[in-house]
Amino acid sequence: MDVLSQLRHQLADYTNSLHRDGFLDDQFSQLQQLQDESSPDFAMEVVSLFFEDCQKLVTNMARALELQAVDFKQVDSSVHQLKGSSSSVGAARIKNLCVAFKTCCDSQNRDGCMRCLQEVNRECVLLKNKLQTLFRLEQQIISAGGSIPM
Amino acid sequence: MGKQNESSFHGLHSEWKSWRKLLVLLCILGGLAVGSIRFPLNFDGKDRVSDSCEGELVRHFNVSKSQLHALASLYSDSEKIASLECTKELGPGPSTTDRISCAMKLMCSKKQELMDEDETALQNSISDASSALVSMLVDNTLQTSATVVYAYASGMMERCWWMQASKEFPSVVYGYVFGTMKRCWWILAGVGCLCLSVNLIPLTTWWKKQFLTVFFCGGIALSFYTFWSGSREFHSRREETLASMCDERARMLQDQFNVSMNHVHALAILVSTFHHGKNPSAIDQKTFGEYAERTSFERPLTSGVAYALKVVHSEREQFEKQHGWRIKKMESDDQALVQDCIPEKLDPAPVQDEYAPVIFSQESVAHIVSIDMMSGKEDRENILRARASGKGVLTSPFKLLKSNNLGVVLTFAVYNVPLSPHATSEQRIEATVGYLGASYDVPSLVEKLLHQLASRQTIVVNVYDTTNASAPILMYGTDVAEDMSLFRASNLDFGDPMRKHEMHCRFKQKPPEPTSAIDSSTVILAIVLLVSYICNAAINKIEKVEEEFREMTQLKVRAEAADVAKSQFLATVSHEIRTPMNGVLGMLQMLMDTELNDKQIDYAETAHRSGTELISLINEVLDHAKIESGRLELEAVPFELRPVLDNVFSLFSGKSSEKGIELAIYVSDQVPQVVIGDPGRFRQIITNLVGNSVKFTHDKGHIFVSVHLADEVTISPVEVQDPVLKLSFGLAQDTSSKPYNTLSGSLVVNRWKSWEHFKILDRVDIGDSSTIRLLVTVEDTGVGIPVDAQSRIFTPFMQADSSTSRMYGGTGIGLSISKRLVDLMGGEIGFVSECDVGSTFSFTVCLRKGELSSLDAKGQHCDATPVEFRGSKALVIDQKCIRAEVTRYHLERLGISVHIASTLKAACCFLSGGVTSGASAPVGLSMILIDKDVWDEEKDVSVHRFLRDPSGNGIVEFEADLPKIILLATAIAPDERHELKLAGLIDDVLMKPLRLGGLMVCLQEALGSGKKSRVRRKKPTNLQNLLRGKHILVVDDNVVNRRVAQGALERYGAIVTCVCSGRAAVELLEPPHKFDACFMDRHMPEMDGFEATRHIRARETQINEQLASGEVSIEKYGNKPCWHTPIMAITADVIQATSEECRKCGMDDFVAKPFKEEQLYNAVARFFESSGQSG
Repeated sequence: MDVLSQLRHQLADYTNSLHRDGFLDDQFSQLQQLQDESSPDFAMEVVSLFFEDCQKLVTNMARALELQAVDFKQVDSSVHQLKGSSSSVGAARIKNLCVAFKTCCDSQNRDGCMRCLQEVNRECVLLKNKLQTLFRLEQQIISAGGSIPM
Repeated sequence: MGKQNESSFHGLHSEWKSWRKLLVLLCILGGLAVGSIRFPLNFDGKDRVSDSCEGELVRHFNVSKSQLHALASLYSDSEKIASLECTKELGPGPSTTDRISCAMKLMCSKKQELMDEDETALQNSISDASSALVSMLVDNTLQTSATVVYAYASGMMERCWWMQASKEFPSVVYGYVFGTMKRCWWILAGVGCLCLSVNLIPLTTWWKKQFLTVFFCGGIALSFYTFWSGSREFHSRREETLASMCDERARMLQDQFNVSMNHVHALAILVSTFHHGKNPSAIDQKTFGEYAERTSFERPLTSGVAYALKVVHSEREQFEKQHGWRIKKMESDDQALVQDCIPEKLDPAPVQDEYAPVIFSQESVAHIVSIDMMSGKEDRENILRARASGKGVLTSPFKLLKSNNLGVVLTFAVYNVPLSPHATSEQRIEATVGYLGASYDVPSLVEKLLHQLASRQTIVVNVYDTTNASAPILMYGTDVAEDMSLFRASNLDFGDPMRKHEMHCRFKQKPPEPTSAIDSSTVILAIVLLVSYICNAAINKIEKVEEEFREMTQLKVRAEAADVAKSQFLATVSHEIRTPMNGVLGMLQMLMDTELNDKQIDYAETAHRSGTELISLINEVLDHAKIESGRLELEAVPFELRPVLDNVFSLFSGKSSEKGIELAIYVSDQVPQVVIGDPGRFRQIITNLVGNSVKFTHDKGHIFVSVHLADEVTISPVEVQDPVLKLSFGLAQDTSSKPYNTLSGSLVVNRWKSWEHFKILDRVDIGDSSTIRLLVTVEDTGVGIPVDAQSRIFTPFMQADSSTSRMYGGTGIGLSISKRLVDLMGGEIGFVSECDVGSTFSFTVCLRKGELSSLDAKGQHCDATPVEFRGSKALVIDQKCIRAEVTRYHLERLGISVHIASTLKAACCFLSGGVTSGASAPVGLSMILIDKDVWDEEKDVSVHRFLRDPSGNGIVEFEADLPKIILLATAIAPDERHELKLAGLIDDVLMKPLRLGGLMVCLQEALGSGKKSRVRRKKPTNLQNLLRGKHILVVDDNVVNRRVAQGALERYGAIVTCVCSGRAAVELLEPPHKFDACFMDRHMPEMDGFEATRHIRARETQINEQLASGEVSIEKYGNKPCWHTPIMAITADVIQATSEECRKCGMDDFVAKPFKEEQLYNAVARFFESSGQSG
């Protein structure tokens, strides 16, 4: 067993665990399939975009929820955005969280929203770490001269 | 429109109804009118009889009309109707008629003579003639005729005197008749007005009732008036009759008296001439008495005549001496002629200036000779007056002793010299020599007279001496009369100016009831009552009906409103239910994506499935509601019929193979490939029918859908060309053979019966050649529909019975929707069903023939038939002809020519025959399709092997060239399949139902695996081809989504531009632009996808219009004559409503988020395929 196959195995395992734990879904695989010679870092690019967006949205929501008169409509639209983005990248757990978040928004449940926001924040950080690990593994494979299986 | 029809029909109906009512009423009224006219005429039958008599008389006797009129009037006037009717009755008898006519003629000739003669002679002759006639006819014992003739004779006499009066009579009669007629017309006019008011004039009921009341009152008044005027007329006529009769009698009496008086006068002249003129006298007592006796027939009414001489006192003694007797005095004053006393016993007359002793007398009164007439007071006055006046004078009536009747004495003075008429009374007294007296028996005179006249029984005649007006003396008759009401007094002139006599007439009987007046008024009353009752009933009925009609109209309006409200409610509610249901389904979907244990997944899946079913049910209800409220509009797009059917079958293939039912589809080659219509709805109908069939067919049999042109079955079954139709018809003719020659061998109902009631089949041609009528038949071998439920299966929510829904589920709305859809497509649906045999549903739809090219242009052409099988040959081995035909149909669609063998043996023969003869058929044979039934039946494996290796040499030369053996099966166990494949007996198993796609894939696999991979690779390559170099705009506010979309599209070679707002998209898509397509997110802040699309579409339409009108140059807009940028929505929820909404605002399609390759391909292929191919 050479390093490359070991790494590959590791990557597969890791990806499987991410899928199994519900962090990611098929969409992420699709995203990965989209990257080819012309855009080798497509997935990473999208993911980083997603996290930027995430950060921005979370900040927005946090600010909105801190206000006395919470503009749930604004929060809702942010959640919607977040949901859209997360489903695009295949961040299944965040997406599901967003569904719950949206319900809280619809019922104008401030505490629920705060809780959801915290969860989303935590999940984001969690996913970011996981994906960073994933991408690092991929980088390692590429640097080892291998290609990433699709 | 239906409603309008309905109302117009209702209007027509009610109009007709009112006309009918009017007609009936008119009939009744007509009858009444005829009756009422006839009735009064019958009343006046008298006049009619006289009219008819008149005609007869004119004909027979040539009598002038005026005479006859007079005669007739006399008859009726003097109430000789009975006699007249006798005449009429006797009319037909020839002998009698002759006799009467003879009598008549006689009368007529008599009459002619009489005209010239004087009255007296006339009277005599008529009396003689009539008596002669009477005697003659009495001899002939024709009593009636005699009476008639006698009556006629009397009539003639009367006629002479009453010409004037009788002339007036007809006018009276006519007046009466016309009066009655006029009243009838009044009634008719009233009835007419009433009818009009009841039926035609749109008056309120109140007015109608007022009219009726007025009519009723008027009618009653008219009836009473008729009675009053009728009875008045009756009375006046009676009065007239009495007057004329009385006058007639008075005149007759007077005339007879006058005649008699003349004779007495003549006798006086005789005495004067022969007694006083001769000296010595030529007359003595004996001569006088004899003469007077012999001429007494001339004075039938005088009881006797006597002559008294004027003797002055100075001559008394000489006179007494001369005659030898004393002048005697009358015994009493008031009894002038005392017959029973003996003259000798009487005292001599006292001394007076003058005496008037009787010297001559008729023998009957010979006893009064020698009595001095001057001694009686009455006689003295009489004598004095007579000699002074020179005329006959009368005494007042007194009792004649002999007859005990009242009598009068007529006295004439006899002069010795002829006196001039102007001589003074002194001269007359001077010249007087004697007096001639005659006693008249008045009662017998009158009696005799009355006896001569008919109808003396009807009136009572009294004759009075009214000289003393205050105390009239009754001369004749009695005071007894029942009817005192009518009275007539006629003056009698007996030639004595001093004395006045009167004749009083009365009717003996009380007047009869004025029947004619009573009858006519009763009739009028009856008519009025009847008509009023009818009209009242009619008015009430009309009122009631109108009231009911109003109620019904209200109810109808309410019912219709309720119906519309129901449909709208259904449509709204089902739409509203769908939205939350989508949420439920979406959530369930998400729930299933989360971590769940098996139990939870099962629960979630069940919930999801139920939700899906609920949605489909709601869709059905929505459809139904839409159709009911008339909001469903059918599309008219070109589509391919056969793939649509394939799709339907792919839906049911799972279920049917589970149940072991064979599904088959057959489309006649007459049916064009492309038709124009609504594919969705067409598919829905078939899906409904097939779904039902699948639902109600258990474990055996088949479901067979066939599509033909309606024209194929309109011709006689014998001439049918189509093999499937032919077979099914043959089956219907011969049901004895078993197993049945059907798809699965089960018995089926006769499908020809299912469309025999279709009207559309009877229509020879619709005229438009592009219109085609499809006949679709769905045949199953299910449980069938019970006969009692067959009538209501097209009623919504109605299943065969309530247990059905428990057993099979479903709402029973499917067939109702199907029927409505078929109706909308201008077709008909029908079925035939038998319990435990199966059902066959047939329906027709009108579609238009489409062109293949039109389909391509629209870009909806999904699967082009591959050309790779074209020209191949196949052998189909199947014992069921219909099934073999179905297989042939599918293979021929792929361009494969087919040979059918019904058994394996036949197939072997075919194959080996081909080998031995070297014919081309087996050589080119590329596949053998064997039905599993045939395969299973033949247990001998060698036969199976023979198929594999027909040459039998066991050497497999070129495997590829050998025909591939494919097993056709409905259900096959995986083990068996594997086994057969391993044994190398077959190449593949093709699962039924046969579908083009499945068949194609199977054949491709069997004939070459290389082709298969190529086919699989086709699509992505295509997508790349399609999208390469295309400018695509992605509009999404979410940066991540944007990037993902961009990445996905760029991967296929598209040049992607991204914008983050709807407004930016609108700006970029302002023509001319370079974009070929646009993907747009629905939800965006500021301007969402729908609004942006609306803006873009509005702008495009504007520019297209400008281009079309040439306002702007086409060069300026990139040489594109028509701008329409395909816009696709990117959406996360893929529920139906969204797609509808997308289309509504001008979007072309939608793709689900996140992008999936296949979906993306399908979406963009529509827009780029044609241009991509051309480019």
